[in-house]
Amino acid sequence: MALLQTRELIAHYGDFQALFGVDIELAEAETIAIIGANGAGKTTLMRSIAGVLKNAAEAVQFDGIPIGAEPSDEIMAQGVAMVPEGRKLFPSLSVEENLLIGTYGRKIAGHWTLDTVYDLFPILRERRNSPGTALSGGQQQMVAIGRALMSNPRVLLCDEISLGLAPVVIKDIYKAVPAIKAAGASLIVVEQDIAQAMAVADRVYCMMEGRVTLSGTPDSLSRDAIHDAYFGAGH
Amino acid sequence: MIWVDTIIQGILLGGLYALFAAGLSLVFGIMRLVNLAHGDLIVMGAYLILLLVTLLGLPPFLAAAVAMPVMFCLGWALQKFLLNRTLGDDILPPLLVTFGLSIALQNALLETFSADSQRLPTSALTTASVQAGPISLGVMPLLTFASAVLVIIALNQLFYRTELGRAFRATSDDATTASLMGIKPANIFATATGIALVIVTIAALYLGLRANFDPNIGPARLIYAFEAVIIGGLGSLWGTLLGGIIIGVAQTIGAAVNPEWQILAGHIAFLLVLLVRPRGLFPRAND
Amino acid sequence: MAYSVTTQTPASRIASIAGLILIIALVALPFFAGRGPIQDMFFILTMLVLAQFWNLLAGYGGLVSIGQQAFVGMGAYALFGVVILLGLDPVPSILLAGVAALIIAVPTAFFAFRLNGAYFAIGTWVIAEVVRLLVAQWKTLGGGTGTSLPRSATKDMWFVEIIEETLGVRSAAARDILAYWLALVLALATIGGIYWLLRTRRGLALAAVRDNMEAAKSVGVDAARMKWMVFLTSAFGTGIAGGLIYMQKARISPDAAFSVTDWTAYVIFIVVIGGIGTIEGPIVGVLVFFALQSLLADFGSWYLMTLGVLAIAIMLIAPRGLWGLFSERTGIQLFPIRRTLRGGKLSETKE
Repeated sequence: MALLQTRELIAHYGDFQALFGVDIELAEAETIAIIGANGAGKTTLMRSIAGVLKNAAEAVQFDGIPIGAEPSDEIMAQGVAMVPEGRKLFPSLSVEENLLIGTYGRKIAGHWTLDTVYDLFPILRERRNSPGTALSGGQQQMVAIGRALMSNPRVLLCDEISLGLAPVVIKDIYKAVPAIKAAGASLIVVEQDIAQAMAVADRVYCMMEGRVTLSGTPDSLSRDAIHDAYFGAGH
Repeated sequence: MIWVDTIIQGILLGGLYALFAAGLSLVFGIMRLVNLAHGDLIVMGAYLILLLVTLLGLPPFLAAAVAMPVMFCLGWALQKFLLNRTLGDDILPPLLVTFGLSIALQNALLETFSADSQRLPTSALTTASVQAGPISLGVMPLLTFASAVLVIIALNQLFYRTELGRAFRATSDDATTASLMGIKPANIFATATGIALVIVTIAALYLGLRANFDPNIGPARLIYAFEAVIIGGLGSLWGTLLGGIIIGVAQTIGAAVNPEWQILAGHIAFLLVLLVRPRGLFPRAND
Repeated sequence: MAYSVTTQTPASRIASIAGLILIIALVALPFFAGRGPIQDMFFILTMLVLAQFWNLLAGYGGLVSIGQQAFVGMGAYALFGVVILLGLDPVPSILLAGVAALIIAVPTAFFAFRLNGAYFAIGTWVIAEVVRLLVAQWKTLGGGTGTSLPRSATKDMWFVEIIEETLGVRSAAARDILAYWLALVLALATIGGIYWLLRTRRGLALAAVRDNMEAAKSVGVDAARMKWMVFLTSAFGTGIAGGLIYMQKARISPDAAFSVTDWTAYVIFIVVIGGIGTIEGPIVGVLVFFALQSLLADFGSWYLMTLGVLAIAIMLIAPRGLWGLFSERTGIQLFPIRRTLRGGKLSETKE
């Protein structure tokens, strides 16, 4: 049985419909990537799973329990943590406080503690007392990931963690993924960078205009198929 | 020498105003909400203490300690069930709802306790004074000022040393992202208002011990509190203490010149600060 | 097919005919009504004027002021000042009341505009307190205890003699009738003026500033100028109303003339209950307010408590007030401001 799945997930922003029945599945210990162009609905999907957007209860299931209608704080407490798009560090909090706040709604013993997060991203130990927003973009992204890890989540949602970062920095950040997987989390990674997504994921979903247009393991998908799923067959 | 005495009395009076203001500052700092009923809540706190004193025969300080949890629950419920529903981009609902609350509360107090002025029972402590060189300092003003400093130290500890404090700051920065951390913003706001009403109870205790009060004096307390918060800079607790001191000193100096000028002098000091430093003396960087 | 842009609605056309009949009836009222109803109508009309100006400030300008009593009190004291000290006739002095309010509105705005949102509200309140405390120092006008208009001034007031003769009433009743007619003129001019203002380009700009300050700036609306304009207009009108109210009362004190309950709290409740951001709202609100007052006036503080709770309930359940509820259900607008496109085609398609 899937650890987390969406069924006929529909989402609206006011009158605008952003998702038209999305079905995805994440198995225990799996990493899936969601790729697609801007406006394909990737972030909306993440926000729906995390509970920022309310859905029908049955539309999102975690461990066999419908969670679609629950608020984000409840979903986080059950073990689905999110690294939001744009990092969203708290400017009033120091780096260490930003990490500590990650455990607010879920305190369980597990691999991830302040120490192990610092071991994963050693630069953060040096900058622990700086305001979160005084860091470089890559370091801020590390804080955002560390903050989500602090609650020892079963599912980690990573929304566009490479956005706006230099390639060398992106590589540094993705180096942490194996350690995160090894500690027992399943991952959903939203990426615009197709190569990066293919490298990290066990399976890939491609979205366009609020629908899943293609899915499969990275080696089963041809470049052309992805291109069509990404931009539509007419291009 | 008389001037030194006047200024010291003013500084001590500032402690009382800082106590009025600390709750307002706390609530504004966390949820950008200005509670126009704040002054009336202070007066209500004073009546609650009075009620406990007269009905149960408790000494005022103990009565205040009993009133604190009651006021906390009241503030929690007020925020959770009423004020949270007014939060949003539009500034009208919170202002108009708290203004309606202020008028309703004032008149409820008037109906229950009549317009007669009341005072908490005085003891030897209330009238005692200590001699510091040539200056005589009332024990009660000293105690008020010390309480104000303690309240501000405690609030700072809460804000910067505890998990709840982190949650306060995180929610204030970005409530949506805070909820991704498992924080329930509605409960955080309710807790903040609960704490604000605990401070209101302390303010009410000294208000009732130092002078007469009646149901109509709330709005004036709100105005002093507001002036202290603005002078200090929004959200800065030590700034709020300094703001209270400036109002207090201006008032005692004004009163020394002409008793009718006491209140006016405080307001004018506020307007002068507003003229020179529109964002207050210690503005918060990320506002 | 030709198209036209119009702000008229069928309801507004019927309303303008009904309105005309109503106005004639109101003008003629003193010919058949006694002194009591005239005084009630004076109260209703002056509260309506205050409510319209507060609504212009808060409902259209987004400036929530709790300091309108500064302008009522200042206008009233200016009237008493020029009548008592300079011997002017009270009737033309009403205009000077507006000017006086305008004069203190300039420094008020200068200070209060440094504060945002909720802090603007309390800032205006502080300034009103300062004005009250300063006026209480004005010993020639009675200081803290206040003063009355001299009998000589009220007896020989413009128009009073004519009204006495034409209607065959005593001097005191004639003064009430005069005050009533002046209040009627003021109320009609206020509603007409605000309606006109909102339909001009400026009015549109105002709505744009209220809805989105940044967007309004980007299309070239000078938001700061709009704020000043609304604030000063509203101060002027409120000052005139203050002068008129106290001309009728003929007795003034700082605590009454600068009362936050009488001149701001009531006014806010009228607008909120009736419907903020519409011209109809304050009209509905003042009628509800008067009805409640007549019903509950004997209960003193219960009355104010009811008003406070009612305002809270309306703000939470129906933020557009009673008129907003009615207008939503029926689509009726008596003072339509929204421009509607009539006729023509929705899009250019090939015929």
